[in-house]
Amino acid sequence: MENLDKVLKSHKLSHEDYAHILEILGREPNLVEIGIFSAMWSEHCSYKSSKKYLNGFPTTAPWVIQGPGENAGVIDIGGGMAAVFKMESHNHPSFIEPFQGAATGVGGILRDIFTMGARPVANLNALRFGDVYGNETINRYQRHLVRGVVDGIGSYGNCMGVPTIGGEISFDSSYNGNILVNAFSLGICKSDEIFLGVAKGIGNPVIYVGSKTGRDGLGGAVMSSDSFTQESKSLRPTVQVGDPFTEKLLLEACLELFQTDHVVGIQDMGAAGLTSSSFEMAGKTGAGLKMDLDKVPAREEGMTPYEFMLSESQERMLICAKIGSEDAVIAIFQKWGLDAAVIGEVTDTGRMELYWHGQKCADMPIAPVSEEAPILDRPTAKPAYIDQIKDKTIDSYDTIDNQEAFEKMVSSLEVVDKSWVYQQYDSMVQTNTIKAPGSLDASVIRIKENGKALAMSSDCNPRYCYIDPHKGAALAVMESGRNVAMSGARPLAITDCLNFGNPQNPEVMWQFAHSCEGIKEACTKLNTPVVSGNVSLYNETDGTSVYPTPAIVMVGLNDSQESVLQSQLTQEGNELLLVGATKGEFGGSLYIKANFGETAGAIGAIDYDAELALWEFVIQANQKALLECAKDVSMGGIAIALAKLCATSNKGVDAQIELSERRYIFDESQSRAIVEVTSQNKEAVIAMAKALGLEIVTLGTIGGDRLKLNDIEMPLTQLQAIYFDTFAQMIEQDL
Amino acid sequence: MRVAVLRFPGTNCELDTHHAFTQLGADVEIVWHNEQKLPEAIDLVVLAGGFSYGDYLRSGAIARFSPIMKAVVEYANEGNCVLGICNGFQILTEIGLLPGALKRNNNLHFISKFQTIKVIHNDNKFLSQCSTQEILNVPIAHADGNYYINPEQLDEIESNGQVLLRYCDSDGEPLAINGSLNAIAGVCNKNKNVFGLMPHPERAMEAILGSMDGKKMLEGFMN
Repeated sequence: MENLDKVLKSHKLSHEDYAHILEILGREPNLVEIGIFSAMWSEHCSYKSSKKYLNGFPTTAPWVIQGPGENAGVIDIGGGMAAVFKMESHNHPSFIEPFQGAATGVGGILRDIFTMGARPVANLNALRFGDVYGNETINRYQRHLVRGVVDGIGSYGNCMGVPTIGGEISFDSSYNGNILVNAFSLGICKSDEIFLGVAKGIGNPVIYVGSKTGRDGLGGAVMSSDSFTQESKSLRPTVQVGDPFTEKLLLEACLELFQTDHVVGIQDMGAAGLTSSSFEMAGKTGAGLKMDLDKVPAREEGMTPYEFMLSESQERMLICAKIGSEDAVIAIFQKWGLDAAVIGEVTDTGRMELYWHGQKCADMPIAPVSEEAPILDRPTAKPAYIDQIKDKTIDSYDTIDNQEAFEKMVSSLEVVDKSWVYQQYDSMVQTNTIKAPGSLDASVIRIKENGKALAMSSDCNPRYCYIDPHKGAALAVMESGRNVAMSGARPLAITDCLNFGNPQNPEVMWQFAHSCEGIKEACTKLNTPVVSGNVSLYNETDGTSVYPTPAIVMVGLNDSQESVLQSQLTQEGNELLLVGATKGEFGGSLYIKANFGETAGAIGAIDYDAELALWEFVIQANQKALLECAKDVSMGGIAIALAKLCATSNKGVDAQIELSERRYIFDESQSRAIVEVTSQNKEAVIAMAKALGLEIVTLGTIGGDRLKLNDIEMPLTQLQAIYFDTFAQMIEQDL
Repeated sequence: MRVAVLRFPGTNCELDTHHAFTQLGADVEIVWHNEQKLPEAIDLVVLAGGFSYGDYLRSGAIARFSPIMKAVVEYANEGNCVLGICNGFQILTEIGLLPGALKRNNNLHFISKFQTIKVIHNDNKFLSQCSTQEILNVPIAHADGNYYINPEQLDEIESNGQVLLRYCDSDGEPLAINGSLNAIAGVCNKNKNVFGLMPHPERAMEAILGSMDGKKMLEGFMN
């Protein structure tokens, strides 16, 4: 090949890779084949840096129907129904073009769900931005990104008619050059009607459906497998453009198709488009495929085989149908006004044979391309910073009044209400939303088909993950499970979205390796397997990597949609109890961050038994109708948990608690919750907690026009003004 | 009671609307936009919410040309009941069965939340089960809900009793939630057989979803 060095460089392939390609093909590749190898062996598609650590995740339990490896994970939710869910990142595109990047992130995850035969019924998102405070260019740009990403997510999800029922959003300067946009979707289907991404049965047709193929998103998978520099804005053409209307038609057409008996397998065309979908479908069965690329519906003239194989045009699916059903399949898509074309067939060669107007333009063995991607064992090294910050405690900083600290913390963007965000998302379409965004802790929908309710919560505290990647990742699993349990649901399984920096940096690889260990440990101990997930590396700009950010979404089941526990205070005069031990944990705390601007300290020992006991306590007490509300205690400690309860419930609280140190009202010890009880139920609740080995004390009483807790106090009107107005004022200040 | 719920490409509340009327005991049929005729012997046509044709040109502007709409106009002109919710309301104003137009919300954002609305007139089938001045709590979810009409027509619909619902605060005072003139949330035609509103009564049918006020509204059609 001419200009081999240049061609390899532009495809991010090494000379070692090239030697491997020569060996696989037994000849020199052409450009189409180089493009295919490049996409299939990109970090994005091959998980080459991460695979080593992902092996060994716990993935099985009696309720797991489908673990990792398909488009999404599936769990049994009773009554013959299943929940299909996954989370994915769209970080790089969203930084370059926030509206379209975020919108197509939502579009991509929705396709992963309905490809499996499930109607998407709930979306969440986890967003990380940089410094939005201040008036420097970077601050204004970050605020622009917040506005664009939220608009993009809303426009896609709303048009699709899928409610966005919750999520999380946080801010740290480590995301200044790389924001994180993680989108989660969950769908419902009958547990015996799940569709997989497979191609098999010699002679069966391969049918292309959905939008026409254009030149957008060319090389997107390869783009997102690299770190950013100042020149990255020139990558804007690699960002796809979303068309939620077409995707809505594609959703309905696919669900109509699934009611027939025509489908063998179906796969969405996401990253690396037609290349990854066709290789994955055939790779899973060992079949071969023969495809005529000139038959692919094209948006513009003059496109080449190379472009057809690597375009990341959105809203497309590849179907392997039963022979003879071609006309019936095409008729369904035509009813919905979508393109559909038979572009190939299944063969027994085990090879991918591509034709262009009758001439063969690529011929490659499928298994080695999809399975022999280089698996790397990248060097790891413990980050130097950890030893510099691990010995810091609250005593390393100036002494300040609790009242002063509280006022700073309660107005932090991480604490205040995000209605500016979630009111742009339709959260109630499909008429299932029981616990909506803004109601604290998990989001909950009811399942019309079986009378049950599903709770879900997205969590990750990147400060914990920065100071201790292993424990931080474990705590993300714990917190997401705790939030789910607070609604009375039993946590069942997680999906994860692992966002890290540049894997070529040994310190980043160390963070990644340790985070994976933390997830493995927590999911094993808590019996909540990983059923799907996604890895996003190279979240680095000009040498600065993001904080390790393994976002976790836990999904749990409540057997009765009538007994979902809320996280709002219900009645003046009722008492609040604090469950769990307060141990003086301030590593990575909001207290240190908001008051002293640092992320420092260490994380204490994790007690999984205490966590499980807390879940069991809330679930059982709720089943016996002994609780009026429950809220976990996490970032900002007891003080911030009470502030959120007061603000969202429009009720005051008078609380007093004996602690060994006055600042412990802000302590972030894990495995704690605040529950509301009536005086009649109080003794029974206390007895139940003690029987489970949990510490439980009376915290205070609901009532009055202010929040009072030990030496801090704030009138409800002031608290609500801060809680409900701060976010919009900050984000809209440039408009 | 037989209800036809229309489905245009991009409609996304037809199943919710189907579910709501089924809960009320109606026999509900979903009708594809390409049909030329409405089903026989129906008592109500509902244009459900969503994003017909993606709202790409202007909300409701393309759906009004769907084949089924000719039958809907004839059906309405015969004095039968037609209800448009959210995108359905937008389609009914685009085709001229209802007065006024719905512009982009004045804050330019999609707004999704529970919203209090006040019943202005109940001398019509739709709100016959509600009291005048009654405050209802019903979800809204729209980007284009900013009701506009020229001043003379505004006077006319106000004096004809065609303004049925206004956005209000918890005390019932009119609230500028999206820029709508006179805080209008729902209107009807002069004959009071065609109704349109931006709030979603079909989302407020059950206590576990936060409100049952929508049930009270839709029950008007069941009598």
